[in-house]
Amino acid sequence: MWPLIGIVIIISGFLLRWNPLLVVVVAAVASGIAAGLSPIAVIAALGKAFNANRYVSAPWIILPVIGLLERAGLKQRAATVIAGVAAATTGRLLLAYLMLRQLTAAIGLVAIGGQAQTVRPLLAPMAEAAAVRADPEITADRRQKIRAMAAATDNIGLFFGEDIFLAVASILLIKGFLEANNISVQPFELSIWAIPTAVAALLIHGARLLRLDARPPPK
Amino acid sequence: MIGLGFLYSLAGLIFLGWCLLTLGDRTHPKRWGNAGFWGLIALSFLAGDRLGDLGNGLLVLALAGIAGAGLIGPGNRVAHDDARVAASAARHGNRLFLPALIVPALALAGTFGFRRLEFGGVPLVDPRQATLVGLALGVIVALTVLMIWLRPPAAAAITSSRPLAEAIGWAIMLPQLLASLGAVFALAGVGDIVGGLAGAVIPAGSRLAAVLAFTLGMAGLTMLLGNAFAAFPILMAAIGLPMLVYRLGGDPVVVAALGMLSGFCGTLLTPMAANYNIVPVALLALDDRRAVIKAQVATALPLLAFNTLMIWAFAFR
Repeated sequence: MWPLIGIVIIISGFLLRWNPLLVVVVAAVASGIAAGLSPIAVIAALGKAFNANRYVSAPWIILPVIGLLERAGLKQRAATVIAGVAAATTGRLLLAYLMLRQLTAAIGLVAIGGQAQTVRPLLAPMAEAAAVRADPEITADRRQKIRAMAAATDNIGLFFGEDIFLAVASILLIKGFLEANNISVQPFELSIWAIPTAVAALLIHGARLLRLDARPPPK
Repeated sequence: MIGLGFLYSLAGLIFLGWCLLTLGDRTHPKRWGNAGFWGLIALSFLAGDRLGDLGNGLLVLALAGIAGAGLIGPGNRVAHDDARVAASAARHGNRLFLPALIVPALALAGTFGFRRLEFGGVPLVDPRQATLVGLALGVIVALTVLMIWLRPPAAAAITSSRPLAEAIGWAIMLPQLLASLGAVFALAGVGDIVGGLAGAVIPAGSRLAAVLAFTLGMAGLTMLLGNAFAAFPILMAAIGLPMLVYRLGGDPVVVAALGMLSGFCGTLLTPMAANYNIVPVALLALDDRRAVIKAQVATALPLLAFNTLMIWAFAFR
C-alpha cells in the first residue's frame, strides 16, 4: 500500500501549487523507496527512464521554425486572415475561427492563436461587434457572454485539434508511458484516434455557436 | 541506420544554443538558472547515453531543483521591431503558412515512406522511429527554406525562438518527466496495488462501469490537478492498464488516446487550469470569474460522454 504515497504527493503537490517538476521527482523517489528500493536505486531508475523517454521532449525542436516564422510576421498574417473572415454574424465568425484553430493546431501550429495573442485583441472584439450589429440594444450581460464564448472557442479548438498532430507532447507522453509498460505503439496510431473527438468537438461546439445567432432579439 | 540519435543531436544543439545565448545575456534576470536548465537538457540530449543511469538521475534532480527553486523564468522583453514585422507580414502574405506545413508533411511522409528506403536489406531509417526522424528532417528542411527565403541574420532561428522557450519555461520538461514517473510507478508496483483496489470497487465484468471509472476519473483528476498530463500516468497505472487493458483485453492505443482526450474535457471545467480558464476572464474584463468555464460546460460534458462511448465501442473489438 505504501507505494501509493507517490499519488498522494502528486495530488497534494499540484493542489498546493508547488513546482510540478519538483512534485513529480519527489513523488517518484517516495514511491520507489516505499516499495523497498534504495534511494540510489530509485534515482538511477528515474534517470534510466528519463534518458529512455527523451523523445517525449523532441517536439520542441519545432520552436526555431516557429521563431523564424513569427519574426517574419506569421502571427500578424494570421490576425489579418481572421479579421478578413467575411462572416457577418457572431456565430459564423466564431465557427470559422474554431475550424481555423483546429486545423492549424492539427499541423502543429499551436501558438498561432491563444487568449492573449488572438482572443483579446481580435476575436472577442469582432464577435462582440457582430452581436451589437445584430442587436443594437444588446445587454451588457449578453456582451460578456459573447466574449466568454470567444475565449471558450479558442480553448476548445486548441485542445481538440493539437492531438491530431503526430509529434505533440501529449501523444509522445502516451507513447512513452506505454513503452515503459512494454507496449510499443506508433504516434500515428494514437493521433488517428484523436480525429473522431475533433470532429465531435467541431459539431457540438459549432452547433452551440450557430445557436448564438438564432436567439431572437429580446423585445 | 538513422534513428533517435539524429533527432537527439538536433535537439541537443538547439538547447545548447539557447544556453549559450543566455550566458551571453548579461542583463538577464535569471541568467544562471536558465543557462543551467537549458545546458542540462542539452547535455541529456547530446550525451545522455554516456552519463549512466545514476548520472541521468542526478541530472533529473538538478533540473527539478533549478525549477523548484524558481531559478528559471523569462528574460527581459525584447524590443520588437513591430513596423518591420508588419511590413514583412504584408509582403509575404499567406505564403507564410506554407513553410509551416513542411514539418507535419515530412513527419507524415516519414511515417509511411521511410520503410521503403532500404540499402542491402538494412533500412535507412529505424522503422520504429520513422515519425520522429521525419519530424527532425522536416525541421531541418523548413529551417533551410526559411533561411534562404527570408534571409534573416544567421543566428535568428535560435535568437527568435529563445523567448518562446522561456515563455514555456520548466513546463518544457513536464511531459518527459511524467512519462519517467510512469516507469518508476511500474517498478514500484503502483498499478498492481490500485488495480487490486479498483477491482474490488468496480463490479467484475462490467465493461461500461470500468470505462466510466477511467474516463470520469481522468476528467475528475484533471480538474483537481489542472493538468491532464499529470493525471494520465496515475489513471493509466490505476485503471487504464490493469482494468481495461489487462483484465478486459482492451486496445491500449484506444484506451490511452481517448483517456487523454477525456482529461482535456476536464481541463475545460476547472479553475485550476488558470491559463485557459481564468486568465481570459481578466483579459476580457468579465465580471463572472467562472464565465469561461460556464461557456465550456455544454461542450465539455457531451464530449466526455462521446469519449467514453468511443472507448466502450472500439477498444474491445
